[in-house]
Amino acid sequence: MNLLEIKNLRKTFDELEVIQDISLSVKEGEVLSIIGPSGSGKSTLLRCATMLERMDSGTMSYMGEQAVWTDETGNAVYAKSAQLKKIQNYYGLVFQNFNLFPHFSVMKNITDAPIHVQKRPKDEVYKEARELLKKMGLSDKEDAYPCQLSGGQCQRVAIARALALNPKILFFDEPTSALDPELTGEVLKVIRSLADLDITMVIVTHEMAFARDISDRIIFMDNGVIAQQGTPEEIFQSENARTREFLGKYHDYGV
Amino acid sequence: MNWALLLSKLGSGMLTTLEIFCVTLIVSLPLGLLVAFGRMAKNPIIRTIFKIYISIMRGTPLMLQLMVVYFGPYYILGLQVTSSYRLYAAFIAFGLNYAAYFAEIYRGGIESMPDGQYEAAKLLGYSRPQTFFKIILPQVIKRILPSITNEVITLVKDTSLAFAIAVTEMFTQAKALASSQVSMIPYVAAGVFYYVFNLLVASVMEFMEKKFNYYR
Repeated sequence: MNLLEIKNLRKTFDELEVIQDISLSVKEGEVLSIIGPSGSGKSTLLRCATMLERMDSGTMSYMGEQAVWTDETGNAVYAKSAQLKKIQNYYGLVFQNFNLFPHFSVMKNITDAPIHVQKRPKDEVYKEARELLKKMGLSDKEDAYPCQLSGGQCQRVAIARALALNPKILFFDEPTSALDPELTGEVLKVIRSLADLDITMVIVTHEMAFARDISDRIIFMDNGVIAQQGTPEEIFQSENARTREFLGKYHDYGV
Repeated sequence: MNWALLLSKLGSGMLTTLEIFCVTLIVSLPLGLLVAFGRMAKNPIIRTIFKIYISIMRGTPLMLQLMVVYFGPYYILGLQVTSSYRLYAAFIAFGLNYAAYFAEIYRGGIESMPDGQYEAAKLLGYSRPQTFFKIILPQVIKRILPSITNEVITLVKDTSLAFAIAVTEMFTQAKALASSQVSMIPYVAAGVFYYVFNLLVASVMEFMEKKFNYYR
């Protein structure tokens, strides 16, 4: 079964069609990367999928549960808020600029939502959070505040925070774009370790080598449409003129 | 100079001043938050009403507002008010006036919060009240504390405006004493009182700012 199924998604910002008729699905355990030039609609697609942005038309379902459909007039209709709340539980999102809560300690950032939103028992949540922090290599940072951490450490806390709610799919919106190469490396390492655990992930990224390495499938977006999709080999050895042009620089340096 | 009289009169005036000060804060700090919500409402009618309210409160003298609240019931509605109403009129006028100023401070703080905090809260499943009270408001308070300090210090001095409707607060007592005793001393004593009061206010607020210093 597809965890996520999007069909005929359209999104316009003031006359500008940012996404024109995109359909995509994500299978359980799959790692899907979305690449493409800035302004091609990658982030908007992610924001529509996570319902931070309202789509104009199209359908979307998570785990076979309908979140959005289109009525006869061609406008998107969203499910009732109780249903959307439930569906929201199926996914998590890691932001480009982390968006940690600065007034919460690392531990509270991770545990507050599981305890106060999902109403899970405190000791269980804390135990899981400590395991997550260990996985992220941040066991000694439990009581630190975000302002005391490096960007890479913040992003790893943000990943732990998203994972603590046990989502079925984890979205990443350019998770390393705000980081220097060294910090990028440590965050990518963590994301790779998640891929090894068969966590379903959709990653918008500009890190080509990383995308090639980690993905089961890559979508190349250009001008609001999917220009090409396929396995990393298919994309990186593509004959498609636009794909080659985009990846050209990358090939030129032979990285 | 009758020192016993000075002490007892200024002492009781001090208590009234403190009362106006405390009641005004207790009323206007929460009321200001409600007014800020009204001012930021999606509904244009509600938004405009609160905008006009703030505009009038900030655009006319507090002394005049005190007069309107105190004499209004008699002149407009023909109601006979008792002299105990004086103090209540002061509470109402100060509360309404300061709520308008606090509302704009709250609004500035709330609007300065980055969207990312709301988006992260939404993705984590927090309800709207949870998002506001757990995530947004604590950060807003840290941001607006210096502006709040300014208003609170102004309030200490503004309490003397209650003189205009003959509330027997500190300043009213000082003036009465100065004329009856033909002396500057009551004014000096009142000045020292306001100054020390504000010194106290400033250090309490500084302490609170330090409390919020554990994060940036």
